[in-house]
Amino acid sequence: MLAIIGTVPDAAVPITIGPAELVGQEVAVAGRSFAVNRGTPALLAAAIATSDVLGLPPPMAYLVGDIGRGDGSRRLYAHLAATLPSLDHEVLVFHYLQPDVDWHGRVLLAIGEMRRRPLLIADAGYMYVAKMSGQAADYDLFTPDVGELSFLADDQAPHPFYTRGFLLHMDEEVPEMIARAYQYGNAARHLLVKGKRDYVACPTGILAEIATPSVATMEPVGGTGDTLTGIVAALVASRLPIPRAAEAAAHINRLAGAMARPTPATQVGELIACIAPAAAQALPDLGLYPGPARPGSA
Amino acid sequence: MTLLARLKGALTGKKAASSDLSSPDRGFLVFENTSEVIAAENLLRQAGWKVRVMGPPAEIRRGCDLVIEFPLIERLEIARLLQSAQLPPLEVVPVSGPLLQPVDLFHTVDYGDYLMVRAANMKICIDKRSQVIVNISGGGCPDVPHLAARMVGQHLTSTPQPRDIGHTLCGYALQLAYEELRRQCSP
Repeated sequence: MLAIIGTVPDAAVPITIGPAELVGQEVAVAGRSFAVNRGTPALLAAAIATSDVLGLPPPMAYLVGDIGRGDGSRRLYAHLAATLPSLDHEVLVFHYLQPDVDWHGRVLLAIGEMRRRPLLIADAGYMYVAKMSGQAADYDLFTPDVGELSFLADDQAPHPFYTRGFLLHMDEEVPEMIARAYQYGNAARHLLVKGKRDYVACPTGILAEIATPSVATMEPVGGTGDTLTGIVAALVASRLPIPRAAEAAAHINRLAGAMARPTPATQVGELIACIAPAAAQALPDLGLYPGPARPGSA
Repeated sequence: MTLLARLKGALTGKKAASSDLSSPDRGFLVFENTSEVIAAENLLRQAGWKVRVMGPPAEIRRGCDLVIEFPLIERLEIARLLQSAQLPPLEVVPVSGPLLQPVDLFHTVDYGDYLMVRAANMKICIDKRSQVIVNISGGGCPDVPHLAARMVGQHLTSTPQPRDIGHTLCGYALQLAYEELRRQCSP
């Protein structure tokens, strides 16, 4: 089963765990509802929509309230460190958690004690702490945007805020930055880089480039990176090989963007509503077939 | 060596053998004199922060001969607390690279009716005619969704600012993008 771990911007929300449902413009987990404006709820919503097309069960959500003080994140880290060894998730997605190197190490230790090693996907703050810890290579997939790729390519910066200028100038040189991220051991086994052109990469080089449909007005829309991570997570949970899942996710996210016809003022909920039809259209075009999951069919 | 073995080493034996080493998610606060270091340490400890006083690395021997090590990610909230107590540090630097500077490059995209500015990993977009913030994107720290919820829909000049309601380095990057956008929109 797919498990998605992150935060919601309400400090009063305790650790909340359960299967996630999409109810209108909100994600419902264990009797609580969260708006899908951006962040982990947007990722969850995209994963739910994609899972539904694939005939998969909804993802399991592990959420906590945190508005940047880190207190909620650290409670969730502690919970995961204590409980993960006894759980059996096939795919774990880590998202908007406060970067904390010590707790990150304890969670990785707990993952190492799981009966079956899950596939590990990291985005947002958890990708930052994985790189900061020097343990990026223990992950199966990172989903950075170009700004975050600059950070991964910087062997010194502890956070994107300190990325050095010469790397920020390399916006148009994504393959070079990918190579540099791998050179310094700051990338996961696979990268899905989102930008004007999306890239799927591994340590040996670029595996795929996705440039169409091109919707320039998606970049300012908060949450479109979160939806891409949610889509690829669901596809990985359907047991597609990661490179194929990443390429398909990039197509689906772009197609959903084109269907939503966004302006820079569009909110991501409008795009999420288009993910299921986009997936239903894109998967057969890519030689993949929606419907009940068939283990090993990839 | 397996992941499990490496992590066990990192969290047990190796850590004990190198307990003076700082974690890469920490930063140094540099002050003018030792009195300020002591006052700031007391203030931060009373507020519940995990901090420690130590000697500075060679690169930042500009203030006194002591610095405070603190959780770097929460830089914005800690800086606000020190400022309110009139204890602003001379410098705030990452332990992993004391010479690293905050991002100072901005990318601007003009969408016709809308204008977007990016600083590091944070983007902010306004409607040029109304000067209302229409979207905030990027970032990875948990205050980003919180900041977006408070700022989207607000006028550029009257919105709450990240420096006042944010907590993290992502919030700080958004503050820089916000200030650059205001600069570009000023008459």
